[in-house]
Amino acid sequence: MEVNQYLEMFIEESKEHLQSCSDNLLELEKNPNDLGIVNEIFRSAHTLKGMSATMGYEDLADLTHKMENVLDAIRNEKIHVTPEILDVVFESVDHLEEMVMDIADGGDGKKDVSETVAKLKRIESGEPIQAVVNEVQIAAQEVAVADVATVVSNLDYDDFEKTVLLQSTEQGFNAFEISITLRDDCLLKAARVYMVFDILEKNGDVVKASPAVERLEEEQFDQNFQVAYITKTTAEELQSKIMKVSEIANVLITPILKELLIQSPTEETIKPTAVQIQQSNEPKLDEKALEDAAQKSTTSTSTSSKQHSHAASKTIRVSIDRLDILMNLFEELVIDRGRLQSIAAEVNHGELNETVERMSRTMGDLQNIVLTMRMIPIETVFNRFPKMVRTLSRDLKKKINLEILGAETELDRTVIDEIGDPLVHLIRNSVDHGIESPEIRRANGKPEEGNVVLRAYHSGNYVFIEIEDDGAGINREKVLKKAISKGIVTKESALSLSDKQINELILASGFSTADVVSDISGRGVGLDVVKTTIESLGGSISIDSTEGVGSIFSIQLPLTLTIISVMLVEIEQEIYAIPLSSIIETSIIKNTDILNAHNQKVIDFRGKVVPLIFLEEIFEVPRKQQVDDEFHSVVIVRKGEKLAGLVVDSFIGQQEIVLKSLGNYLTNIFAISGATILGNGKVALIVDCNALMK
Amino acid sequence: MNALEQEFLKVIVFQLADKEYAIPVSNVQGIEKLMHITRVPKTAKYVKGVINLRGVVTPIIDLRERFSIPISENEESTRIIIITLDEMEVGFVVDSANDVIDIPVNSIEQQPEVVGSNEEDFISGVAKLDNRLLILLHLDKVLNPVE
Repeated sequence: MEVNQYLEMFIEESKEHLQSCSDNLLELEKNPNDLGIVNEIFRSAHTLKGMSATMGYEDLADLTHKMENVLDAIRNEKIHVTPEILDVVFESVDHLEEMVMDIADGGDGKKDVSETVAKLKRIESGEPIQAVVNEVQIAAQEVAVADVATVVSNLDYDDFEKTVLLQSTEQGFNAFEISITLRDDCLLKAARVYMVFDILEKNGDVVKASPAVERLEEEQFDQNFQVAYITKTTAEELQSKIMKVSEIANVLITPILKELLIQSPTEETIKPTAVQIQQSNEPKLDEKALEDAAQKSTTSTSTSSKQHSHAASKTIRVSIDRLDILMNLFEELVIDRGRLQSIAAEVNHGELNETVERMSRTMGDLQNIVLTMRMIPIETVFNRFPKMVRTLSRDLKKKINLEILGAETELDRTVIDEIGDPLVHLIRNSVDHGIESPEIRRANGKPEEGNVVLRAYHSGNYVFIEIEDDGAGINREKVLKKAISKGIVTKESALSLSDKQINELILASGFSTADVVSDISGRGVGLDVVKTTIESLGGSISIDSTEGVGSIFSIQLPLTLTIISVMLVEIEQEIYAIPLSSIIETSIIKNTDILNAHNQKVIDFRGKVVPLIFLEEIFEVPRKQQVDDEFHSVVIVRKGEKLAGLVVDSFIGQQEIVLKSLGNYLTNIFAISGATILGNGKVALIVDCNALMK
Repeated sequence: MNALEQEFLKVIVFQLADKEYAIPVSNVQGIEKLMHITRVPKTAKYVKGVINLRGVVTPIIDLRERFSIPISENEESTRIIIITLDEMEVGFVVDSANDVIDIPVNSIEQQPEVVGSNEEDFISGVAKLDNRLLILLHLDKVLNPVE
């Protein structure tokens, strides 16, 4: 299909437009009087409508169109922005997003949005929104079998059709809008359509059909279709005639009113309202309002265009698959570079050394570029949160202000893909458990509005993401009590826990402190999943919290997952790699430094008691002969706050390696997180320090 | 598929101790000379470790160990047969890989009831060919421990 080649572009651009819609809507919520923002949203919606209509996604185009009408009314100052109106517009954007996602997943982007459409119409005609639901319900009862969609007219008339309808009514014809619903079990839909049209055409003229006649003939509609019809027959007669056709569930005939055809070009509501007539009297006012709006928009767009100017650099879209292939090829090169380096070191040939060195440098640059090419700003994850927090705070009746900092921070795509869900969880947690209700906040002398700050920044080879709230903080006593009752810690060991360790108990599995389990944040299965996901990404999470003041959840993530820096160590003949990210430092200790504490060998490391782990024992390394050295090489590693000393035979050095999995056959090997291929072509195993420290 | 192809099964024949075994060619990805095997701690005894197979880390199973045949010293003829099964890639250490032959499907018999060695669980059938006896392996069972 020809369309297919544009489909991807369509989906990408639709997403962008929807994103800009919701961003601007949130902005609008803060400054309800800034019509420049409305213009921005209007433009996005308009483009989206045009694109989806071109691509043949009618539901999408239709809903956008309705939304656009409302925006247009706001823009022309016919309607004032209220939270209720924004709710409906947000709802529409949500629906639009779902439709686009459906299309992206290969669906047809169809969705029943009649309720939202009805609400939009209400807004447009200046009626209260709440009534819609009732009306729809009542109407649905009246129409008995007919579904909700029957009530909502989908007919859009162009100028020609309007003229025809208008002229014929003037000439004494009746203009009707007929909505026909077939029975659910109707087998020959096209045949029934044909019979209905046959009757209609004998008695008058069909001006317009929705869906179009071609589509009706191909049975490309659900159970319901509408026609605009002019006739001399009365509605009752028409109804009884059409009902004679079998397998028809319901016929709804409504007269098309003159006022409707004369007034505003996009109007299509059937029910006459006082407001609508009023509207038709104010076209002059409209023009003035438009001018005003135009003036305002020029001032505000000039500021927003400044914001967007940096995005004007030339870019091309490259499929992620290709970047993955590039990455794989580059990994092969990294392995070969390692090999070349070790050969060069053995041969010790001047020119070879020089070349290898130069190549290594170029490779380093290349690596930077390849890695940064796969980096995308964390914005892509963050930008769905404002809307989420907005919805959550409304549901929970809390006032929450979400602040996002450092959305431009870049992360590897693989990390981005994985980090979304844990962040959703943590933010929900902060909103649900962290921020208190406005009453409590007021009672505690805090401002009613709670703050949640989402912050991302680079530091070294890591990206930090922090979620900070000024809520209730963690009640450590409550946490401890719960942890003891759930058997996560024992009473004795609880005494020795630091504040931070107690905070982190909420990350343990089977833990939930909320007195009432809500459907917003987890059921105690949540936060431990967050922790596991983050650790599987090679990152870590920690919690700082002061009761009554707030909490900070801070996540540390590696920039990339596939190439990591390690320290190579040797035990007997075997080489193991320890990720530099876990290493604090290395040291050589004397036999006499080793102390014994309850069957556990420990050392005193800078004033701290650090347990020793003999990798030789853990990994059951076969010894040809017992060695009894006076000195031991120790790698001090950490997991969160805990330290441990890994005893090895000797250090080899630091190296960049490509992380490889052990394949599908060997899974869940204790304390081994993967493998890598060394310069000499041999495989070395990567030590999983997290597993060594319980 | 024509009738001729249906009647034959192409197999790789390899030797372990004094017996000959066969694996369908469709499961075999390649035959490698013995190379450095990195031991992986805390795995089953028959898992020798992993090798670098052209950039892919591939686990290695010692079939002698798996079949409880006394271990011999590795020799010049020792080979690693790389097999694939259900998206897994695994190498088998064998004494030697001798042959690729077509065996007529109708010469394959069900495993005789009395074999009396530990390997009986891994056998899917035997094929008699002139004066050779080929033991067809049940790869699934070789790979997956049923302890």
